[in-house]
Amino acid sequence: MPVLEQPTDVLRQFSHGDLDAFEALFRTHQSEVYGWIVRIVRDPAAAEDLTLETFWRIHRAHARFDPARSFGAWARGVATNAALDYLKTARPETDLPDDLVSPVLPDPGVSEELRRKTACAFHRLPPKLRIAATLALIEEQPYKEIAEALGISTSAVKVRVFRAVRFLRDELKRQGIEP
Amino acid sequence: MMENDQERMQQLLRKTMLPVAGRAGAELRHDLWPGMLKRLEARPVEVPWFDWALLAAVAVWLVFSPGAIPLLLYYL
Repeated sequence: MPVLEQPTDVLRQFSHGDLDAFEALFRTHQSEVYGWIVRIVRDPAAAEDLTLETFWRIHRAHARFDPARSFGAWARGVATNAALDYLKTARPETDLPDDLVSPVLPDPGVSEELRRKTACAFHRLPPKLRIAATLALIEEQPYKEIAEALGISTSAVKVRVFRAVRFLRDELKRQGIEP
Repeated sequence: MMENDQERMQQLLRKTMLPVAGRAGAELRHDLWPGMLKRLEARPVEVPWFDWALLAAVAVWLVFSPGAIPLLLYYL
């Protein structure tokens, strides 16, 4: 996913609290931020709310932004934290998203039962592991990008993915599925 | 062994839960700026909790040490 960059003077004005500069950054980056969040939460309505929450946090933290840094990368980090907070409050059994309101099953060869059980197991993952597994295994984002967004090292992302796989394997075995 | 496990799990996940890219809802359909403006107008910048804690600490200090009030007023 390309990270859009902004002229330095806009970034400097934003860091001083200029609302026009904030609007310019919002309009440039809203699609990118939404796209990142929807990959994590897999629910377009929640992703729209979280995009607004992300920019609200960005607006509040304007004084802490260093104009020499990449705004896109910073915004993605804030968005990841907002999505993580959302996943922590969404209860796994009751808040299963419709998986992007797709009426089509992902693979016609996969039974509805397997799909449901896998989705349930996936939504039981602790939020930090779920984000890493979603981005790495389903969305196939580069580990480096995931690490930057989560504010951790690439090795730490690999550890989280490994733990997520182990959790899913045990959870599915418990339900009688051998992955 | 570990990598095989991960590959098998990844295949299962990608069969049962499609990636978001290219699907309905994957792209932002409308401008969110009007919603952002509403939120900016509705939620003025909040006072951080530690400012309230500091204020409470000063109030408690003044209750137990009223003699410090002139000193505080001098420095304000």
